[in-house]
Amino acid sequence: MNALRRGLGNGLVQAFLVIVGLVWVTPLAGLFLSSMRSAQDTAEGGWWTVLTSPGQLSFDNYSALLGNAGMTRAFWNTVLISVPATVLVVVIAALAGYAFAWLEFPFRDTIFLVVVALLVVPVQIGLLPVAKLFGALGLFGTIPGVVLFHVAYGLPFAIFLLRNYFAEMPKEMLEAARMDGGGEWRIFTQLVLPVGRPAIASLAIFQFLWVWNDMLVALLFADSSSQPLTVELQSQIRQFGSNIDVLAPGAFLSLIVPVMVFFAFQRHFVQGVMAGSVK
Amino acid sequence: MTATLVKEASPPAVNMADRRRRARRRGRIIALVFVLPALLLLGALVVYPVVFSVGRSFFDASGSRFVGGDNYTEMFRDPATLKAVRNSAIWVVVAPTLLTGLGLVLAVLVEKIRWATAFKLLLFMPMAVSFLAAGIIFRLAYDEDPDKGVLNAAVVGVHDAFEGTSSYPTARARDGRGLTKGADGSYRTTASASPGHTVGLGLVGVLPKDLPKDAKPAYAAAGQQAARDELRGVVYLDFTPGGGGKEGRVDRGESGLPEVKVEAARDGKTVASTTTAADGSFHFSGLDPGSYTVRLPASNFSPPYEGVSWLGPALVTPAIIGAYLWIWTGFAMVLIGAGLAALPRDALEAARMDGANEWQIFRRITVPLLAPVLTVVFVTLVINVMKVFDLVYIIAPGPVQEDATVLATQMWLVSFGGGNNQGLGSALGVLLLLLVVPAMVFNVRRFRRSQR
Repeated sequence: MNALRRGLGNGLVQAFLVIVGLVWVTPLAGLFLSSMRSAQDTAEGGWWTVLTSPGQLSFDNYSALLGNAGMTRAFWNTVLISVPATVLVVVIAALAGYAFAWLEFPFRDTIFLVVVALLVVPVQIGLLPVAKLFGALGLFGTIPGVVLFHVAYGLPFAIFLLRNYFAEMPKEMLEAARMDGGGEWRIFTQLVLPVGRPAIASLAIFQFLWVWNDMLVALLFADSSSQPLTVELQSQIRQFGSNIDVLAPGAFLSLIVPVMVFFAFQRHFVQGVMAGSVK
Repeated sequence: MTATLVKEASPPAVNMADRRRRARRRGRIIALVFVLPALLLLGALVVYPVVFSVGRSFFDASGSRFVGGDNYTEMFRDPATLKAVRNSAIWVVVAPTLLTGLGLVLAVLVEKIRWATAFKLLLFMPMAVSFLAAGIIFRLAYDEDPDKGVLNAAVVGVHDAFEGTSSYPTARARDGRGLTKGADGSYRTTASASPGHTVGLGLVGVLPKDLPKDAKPAYAAAGQQAARDELRGVVYLDFTPGGGGKEGRVDRGESGLPEVKVEAARDGKTVASTTTAADGSFHFSGLDPGSYTVRLPASNFSPPYEGVSWLGPALVTPAIIGAYLWIWTGFAMVLIGAGLAALPRDALEAARMDGANEWQIFRRITVPLLAPVLTVVFVTLVINVMKVFDLVYIIAPGPVQEDATVLATQMWLVSFGGGNNQGLGSALGVLLLLLVVPAMVFNVRRFRRSQR
């Protein structure tokens, strides 16, 4: 009796979770299938009609996308923004994180507390002042400007994460390295960075994702020649409905890279996002 | 810390102390080189903007006149900004609560199945998707046209399965051709009919797409003789393709209208009802002698159910929160799941031994023990919800933007999106910052405690 009830309960749980899973898959499947249908098919019926007439599916929209100069440039802009912004954050934060953890300098702990406080500063508050500053420096509307902004707002979390990870290293290890006459630079590159690899990986994935997916910062700081995919797509949202054959493949192109990163680095990804969610 | 070092170092040998001091100075310079890039960037692009914005928020739109706290009072007077404040409040209360609840339920349930890892991966994956892409995904899903938006297609499907669809929403009768329109949209025969009669009910205005493919010409059925206790008739499309027919009469080639509900009424009371066949014919048999009216109830002509206007002014915020749930539920579930895995197994086992059922265990043991984790999840979500921008910006259609606006979108609109009031914009930015200050304090405190 009890076993029966448990079996039945388990069946219900399974059924419920299958439904939840379907609810999660459906919107994404909708985007993907929509991205492979012609504008005419989209006007005539929903993407689910594919289930009965799969002949609608083709890669025509994607080849059209590759021939669309605005889209391809936007895609490369996204790469040109995300990669440097990730590398710079990792390098600068690793240096600073090591200094905050193991080097002596005045007001070290106070400054670090300020960095912790900066963790939650919303990006929005920086938009206007930095726009003015970049305008004066000639960085407004350029890729380096977008990158710098992302680096600055990625730093508090990056420093926080790496400093705490580096601080866990055994003191003896560092002292032994110093006894051997290693300079700080050598200790940093040969010892700290290798030991910190897991944290650096999580950080890099989180930061890459953050920048790749950003729209707000680029919306303000990038001009039409430096805008990433998100902004390019956003600029076409006004005609939503008539241009799903452009928007859907574009959106899919923009999401497939992070999703691949997600599946390739699941563990680091989850850790990075978990740690970074305090931002 | 530095002071004690100096004291220890100074007495024995001047030479030694000198060397140490030099080494320390070198160490400081190295340290400075290590932290300088970070501090420069943080100072110029984060700290300075905060100070600047606070200052700027006390000046007017153009920045030339000091206005004190006017921008802050304006915030709660201007209807658009007030709407943003209200919507943000709804977001901050509703989204984290739903997410924490949903995450908790799913985290507990997912432990009971074997494909837990696959399920967690699936629900976590939207965290990798940009708000922009998610926005487009849900703009599609929420589309009002049931032939485009999957959600409305489902809603309409369910509705029609229970309520039935009307077959001819656009059909009507010609005036003076034997049918009178009732106040509720139904039609009845103007003249009464008795058993033994055959009546022709002609309609026009049926769209070609509404006419079923299996509809047959009504001519033959219209000529059929009714038996003595039988009332026969035909509902037909009083329109000959290509022209030539006569109004009010069933001509050759005129189509019957299948699937029309027909009622026979006597003294205002419905005594029989039926549905027309493929050629539009119907018959009521076994009727008592007397005079009847034949009615076509309004349900034949009611406009089709169009589903829910998800992105209309009333539902747009709940709809966008729905999209937000799609993105963040996996996060809540995984974080709570980690907390769940760390619970002491013996407490749960002991309760089970004592005969507690799953619900009691959940309610009395799991939830109280998980309280700290739930708090962290909730607080994290509150911070993130406060800054929601892209989703609202993308999902809310242009005319509905102002109904969906939240602090972050309003700040954008006021500062850059045509509003061009950088004083008010800065004040909104400062408000956003003030709202996350508790989280800031929380972070700093937690960090200092962990260092002790």
